Amino acid sequence: MVQTHLKKRVEIVLEAPALRRLIDRLDAAAVTGYTVVPVLAGRGHEGSWRGEGLAGDAGRMVMVVCITDPAKVDAVLETAYAVVSRQIGIVTVSDVQVIRAEHF
Amino acid sequence: MSFLDLAAQNLVSPMVLFFALGLAAALARSDLAVPEAVAKTLALYLMLAIGFKGGAEVAASGLSARMGAVTLAGVALSFLIPVLGYAYLRAASRLPAADAAAVSAHYGSISIVTFVAATETVRGQGLGFEGYLVAVAALMETPAILSALYLARRSGDVPAGEGMGALLREVGLNASVVMLVGSFLIGWATGPKGLAMIAPFIIDPFRGVLCLFLLDMGLVAGRGMREGARHLKPPVLAFGLGMPLVSAALATLAIWPMGLSVGGAALFITLAASASYIAVPAAMRLALPQARPAIYLTLSLGVTFPFNLALGIPLYLALAARVGT
Repeated sequence: MVQTHLKKRVEIVLEAPALRRLIDRLDAAAVTGYTVVPVLAGRGHEGSWRGEGLAGDAGRMVMVVCITDPAKVDAVLETAYAVVSRQIGIVTVSDVQVIRAEHF
Repeated sequence: MSFLDLAAQNLVSPMVLFFALGLAAALARSDLAVPEAVAKTLALYLMLAIGFKGGAEVAASGLSARMGAVTLAGVALSFLIPVLGYAYLRAASRLPAADAAAVSAHYGSISIVTFVAATETVRGQGLGFEGYLVAVAALMETPAILSALYLARRSGDVPAGEGMGALLREVGLNASVVMLVGSFLIGWATGPKGLAMIAPFIIDPFRGVLCLFLLDMGLVAGRGMREGARHLKPPVLAFGLGMPLVSAALATLAIWPMGLSVGGAALFITLAASASYIAVPAAMRLALPQARPAIYLTLSLGVTFPFNLALGIPLYLALAARVGT
């Protein structure tokens, strides 16, 4: 049986115009990696949104997924919150199992 | 040709009709949609084409003192229009400072798609225009953002947020400015010879691509109107229809002594009267995140853009016929 290790998965759904600011901060923080995922549509406190047909970034949302060691999760959350607190967005944290612990 | 004749002709142009199709489809909740990547590609194509053609025309006609004066007038208007807009919105609509500043920034900046549509109307009348107006358009994108931020921060209701340097870099290097200025410079460097080399790509398909993009604009505008109309109180709605006319009047006065061609004057007035919907909304999400996009995007794209496309451009052309040479 393959051994797995407990890590934290931080998901940040964020307005596309603020993506670069978040990534710059994550690059400067102690994270070993992240993945940016396009998202299609949704609904929140500010109403519904859809990425279809938009030529500009305003109105579009993206998701950043970051797997990190539990010891570093507070630092990642502070980094994310520094950007997301002023913008439309959601930050969630969940437990995940990974196979290669040394990658995170 | 009178304004009414121009407007009647404009309303049955393929550009306006494709926009109307998109608008109607979105309001009727059709599943017609243009994928995001396609919309971005179409916008890049239009900016490449209009920038390159403008640069090539400047290469052919050369620089002039008038070019400097028109550029200065454009930049000055971009700084000034948000001041007027902000004052009206704060007094008449009671919008919070951040919302009023964000909305006014959109109206001081420009809509390159409105400009592109106006170039087609101008060409449709057999008129030419000064190629450097493309560069003027690019330079008019940013000053309004600075004016609006100054007004918002001066109100005391808006926290300072991120540093101005980072914001200026993000706004100054946004995709539309880089594409427009870059294409203009390449067109200028390569001149009419360069234009002839890529004409099958940037001239022949231009109108068809513009129609497809306007279909997409109609879809986005219709969606925005469906979901955002409730945020537009009558004074704000009146601003969306009245501010383009105020800006057009200011632009007409500004260029009256400059001796622009009729086509060039029409495009300059259109630039002043148009409202941004690509560069400024993204900048406002960073600089004034507390401002509500449901107000400024719906107003700019759902009210002012259709107004300018259907009635504004013929009106600005009729105004230009009185002040152009």
